[in-house]
Amino acid sequence: MIEIEDVKKVYTMGAEKVHALRGVSLTVEDGAHMSIVGPSGSGKSTLMNVIGCLDSPTSGTYRLDGELVSEMGDDALATVRNRKIGFVFQTFNLLPRQSAVENVALPLLYAGTGRRERKERALAALSKVDLANRANHKPSELSGGQRQRVAIARALVNNPSILLADEPTGNLDQEVGREIIKLFEKLNADSGVTLVLVTHDRALASTAPRQVEIVDGHIVSDTGR
Amino acid sequence: MDMLEQTQVALDSIKSNKLRSFLTTLGVIIGVASVILLVSIGEGLKTYLTDIFAGMGSNLLFVTPGKRNTKGGGHGGALSTVHKLTVDDARALGQRSYNIMGVAPRVVGGAAIENGSLSRDSVVLGTDEQYLKVHNLKVASGRFLLKEDSDGRRRVAVIGQTIAKELFGDTSALGRTVKVSDTRFRIVGIMRPKGQSLGIDYDEVVFIPVTCALDMFNQEGLSSLSIKAANPTNLQPAISDIRQILKHRHNNREDFTIISQADLLATANRITSTMTLVLLGIASISLLVGGIGIMNIMLVSVRERTREIGVRKAVGARRMDIMIQFLIESIVISLIGGAIGLLLGALISLGISSAVPEFPPPKITLWAVMVAFGFSVAVGIFFGVAPAKKAADLDPISALRYE
Ligand SMILES: Nc1ncnc2c1ncn2[C@@H]1O[C@H](COP(=O)(O)OP(=O)(O)OP(=O)(O)O)[C@@H](O)[C@H]1O
Ligand SMILES: [Mg+2]
Repeated sequence: MIEIEDVKKVYTMGAEKVHALRGVSLTVEDGAHMSIVGPSGSGKSTLMNVIGCLDSPTSGTYRLDGELVSEMGDDALATVRNRKIGFVFQTFNLLPRQSAVENVALPLLYAGTGRRERKERALAALSKVDLANRANHKPSELSGGQRQRVAIARALVNNPSILLADEPTGNLDQEVGREIIKLFEKLNADSGVTLVLVTHDRALASTAPRQVEIVDGHIVSDTGR
Repeated sequence: MDMLEQTQVALDSIKSNKLRSFLTTLGVIIGVASVILLVSIGEGLKTYLTDIFAGMGSNLLFVTPGKRNTKGGGHGGALSTVHKLTVDDARALGQRSYNIMGVAPRVVGGAAIENGSLSRDSVVLGTDEQYLKVHNLKVASGRFLLKEDSDGRRRVAVIGQTIAKELFGDTSALGRTVKVSDTRFRIVGIMRPKGQSLGIDYDEVVFIPVTCALDMFNQEGLSSLSIKAANPTNLQPAISDIRQILKHRHNNREDFTIISQADLLATANRITSTMTLVLLGIASISLLVGGIGIMNIMLVSVRERTREIGVRKAVGARRMDIMIQFLIESIVISLIGGAIGLLLGALISLGISSAVPEFPPPKITLWAVMVAFGFSVAVGIFFGVAPAKKAADLDPISALRYE
């Protein structure tokens, strides 16, 4: 369960201070499906990064499954990311020289999983996204949609409790984007993984049972409250 | 963390930048090659010197005419002698000191040795009966020179194995005559094989009475005296006796130089240590340059792969994981340089020894190989730490945003 309380995030650039989050409180139950919308620069990505333990809040508290994540050090956060979080980025962020299956296996490498099990589980994750037949392709040999599916397989491979996707369809055309969203929804329905999705596309956002809207670092509406 | 996987990643990264990686390793290649050269030549020289001194006996002293300030060196040199070294000097030393076991005069020259139509150039060593004892030599057949040979200027010769074979083949040389510089000598003895010792190959030497040699080479004085001290562990009593007796005989002037094996060893060591220092200088400078090159290329690599580092961190890589990944990469680069350097060093030292036959054959020891690899790993770690730490310290979000 995600429990965020009065989280603020301030970026200091020289003398100037940018308030990206101005006191956000949010609770997300396990297995939920939630979308975050809002104008550009409103703080959506910042919130996602905090939830995904990639970034620490300037103030406020964040508890993940009861653990006070906001007070953890870098290595502890890395472990939390590895065990509990699956992150999908707008730009895929695959390693270009590694094959699909190697990319998918990456989190398992840092989890200390053995070589053979890594490969087996990576292949299993790839077949969940229907890409088992592209296991040995490099990212440059895959289409945009296929790349994003590899990224999703990577996010899933270590059985995280939360799947975070920051504009996962932003670099894809509409048709492919819809398929990706469907895949996310299927994963959420089948395995009960918590799904948090950031998107510009209100039509895509509206399929989520719960929608949160952020404007200028504040949550202005939340259908789940 | 899976080291095999890490090494794989490092190799992939190196392979994707082959030329760059090779240029980077150049410094390490030269550095390690110099270390190998240094060690292999040094080892070769050491065995060479050990061989020389082993045949010589530790209680050997030499007296050469003329006073020299610097110690060591060979025979002859700038002379300011009033008195030459004489056969009587040699006899006097042998008779008057209890600290001296034997004294052999030496007159060294070169001459053509002939048996009928067969002829060769050879070293002619004029000496007396003491030489065998002083230099630990043995006669294979016949006898060595006698005191009477020198006193009576008898034209007799003792020849080395190689000379005997070349001039007489399988027939016995004993009792036959040879022409040494157009003078007939009767062969009374043949030496046992001994080989190289102190710059002379005893298998190719013709021994004749010292008095005959002085006449033949038209010399008034000896080239040197070889002296065997009675006490091999302490040469000082013998040295001070020699100094006192010779000074007394030479109008109280020290117009001679006493050289001990320790002096020769010191000279040899000075030469080898100078060479060692020069090569060590080259080695350390190129290892330094190589290390800086590796550091530079690793910093570039970290920058180029900022996004990759971000991705790895996002999926759970800890600081240590990233650190080790980049350290392994710099160590692998350095090790590849080390391996090439090892090969190059070995080839160069083999090349030197085959091009210059007098040069002692190099020895490539396991120790040298380990030193080379040790150096490469050390350079890789030492100069890889800063870039690896830089990579490990990257903030995951800014790394992911990096274009
Ligand atoms: N590293 C940073 N340094 C300084 N300011 C930052 C940094 N990251 C984000 N910001 C600022 O914080 C605010 C929120 O940024 P954020 O990326 O969260 O917006 P967003 O809602 O994701 O926008 P978009 O829809 O365009 O992706 C913006 O004003 C942005 O300029
Ligand atoms: Mg954003």
